[in-house]
Amino acid sequence: MLETLANLVNADANLVRRGRFVDTTFMIAIDDADTLIRIREGRIASVTRGPFITPDYSFAVRAPRDVWDKFWQPLPPRGFTDIFALVKQKLMRVEGDIHPFMANLLYFKDVIAAPRRGTTQ
Amino acid sequence: MNPRFESIVGRYLQLDLLGKPHRLYVEEAGQGTPLLCLHTAGSDARQYRGLMNDDRITRNFRVIAFDMPWHGKSSPPAGWQDAEYQLTSRDYVRMIVEVADALGLDKPVAMGCSIGGRIVLHLAHECPERFGALIGLESAAFTAPYYDLSWLNRPDVHGGMVCAGVVSGLVAPTAPAEGRWETLWHYMQSGPGVFKGDLYFYMIDGDIRGKLGEIDIKRCPMFFLTGEYDYSCTAEGTLAVAERLGAEAVIMKDLGHFPMSENPAKFNDYLLPVLEKIRAL
Repeated sequence: MLETLANLVNADANLVRRGRFVDTTFMIAIDDADTLIRIREGRIASVTRGPFITPDYSFAVRAPRDVWDKFWQPLPPRGFTDIFALVKQKLMRVEGDIHPFMANLLYFKDVIAAPRRGTTQ
Repeated sequence: MNPRFESIVGRYLQLDLLGKPHRLYVEEAGQGTPLLCLHTAGSDARQYRGLMNDDRITRNFRVIAFDMPWHGKSSPPAGWQDAEYQLTSRDYVRMIVEVADALGLDKPVAMGCSIGGRIVLHLAHECPERFGALIGLESAAFTAPYYDLSWLNRPDVHGGMVCAGVVSGLVAPTAPAEGRWETLWHYMQSGPGVFKGDLYFYMIDGDIRGKLGEIDIKRCPMFFLTGEYDYSCTAEGTLAVAERLGAEAVIMKDLGHFPMSENPAKFNDYLLPVLEKIRAL
């Protein structure tokens, strides 16, 4: 699912504009499978699959695969539409230095949800 | 050419509120039974413009919405700079009663969403005789914090953007883009710390789980409407309250936490039958 992330985000000029001040690397963890996503000026510069020995990132978003699968459906079921909905239900964790995430929340929500659009294309 | 004014009229109301002089912005449209509308945390009365511009509603109801102090075009009281804003259950109940009195409303119907959906439970508990009926939108007896609220007001994070970001997922994914982004715009415009101060009531002080058994809907009828996609006040949370009180609740399809502003036309279709029942009381 994450293979398409860079293309989906970088092709969305408005999303890139909203994230133009974002320079960080964050992690998406699907079960124990870690992926690092490097962002420069709102564009995804690289998507690197683990495993990693000493991963260097600001924050991580972790959930089991079945949760991600529901979250990435084009129209997710209720309770799976938003990161905070999943955090509230303790189905997802957002951890680490979450300052970049909170300071650019609308941007990161759309970046992380971008695979929803990919499944319809 | 005639100007294309809406039928909404906005004015500033001077009153003493919670023992201090205040200047509140109040909008209204329509005539008939007063319907006093209470906006969500960190937003303002603009959320109700879809009601005020629907003549199916305004032909029988005088729809009134005010910006709470600190919100929208209502100023905080003089001296605000010396304290942190924090909404308590006690002050919120008093504010609504005092505003209704200042407007000369006799047993209005009060309708609130989110924090407003919670406070109508407190109104039913504290002063049911003051209201003709109460409508709770996105009502639950309690919502525990599910993120660190300090992110909502700190100088290294844009307050408007983080508040909108926090609530964005509460809008139904099926909402029209215009309604979604207008709802978020209201959040982007909130003053620093106001949303956080309102959430003190919503997530800490306003817990009414222990008092539901003391609410008697025979003293003031209650109705509940909740959007299916609301994960802050869930359908289950509303249904539990309604069942406990013996009140009616409807879970609204394709709506979220801000039904009146995210998708006004769809919401009004759910609200009209409730208003008809209230007219028949």
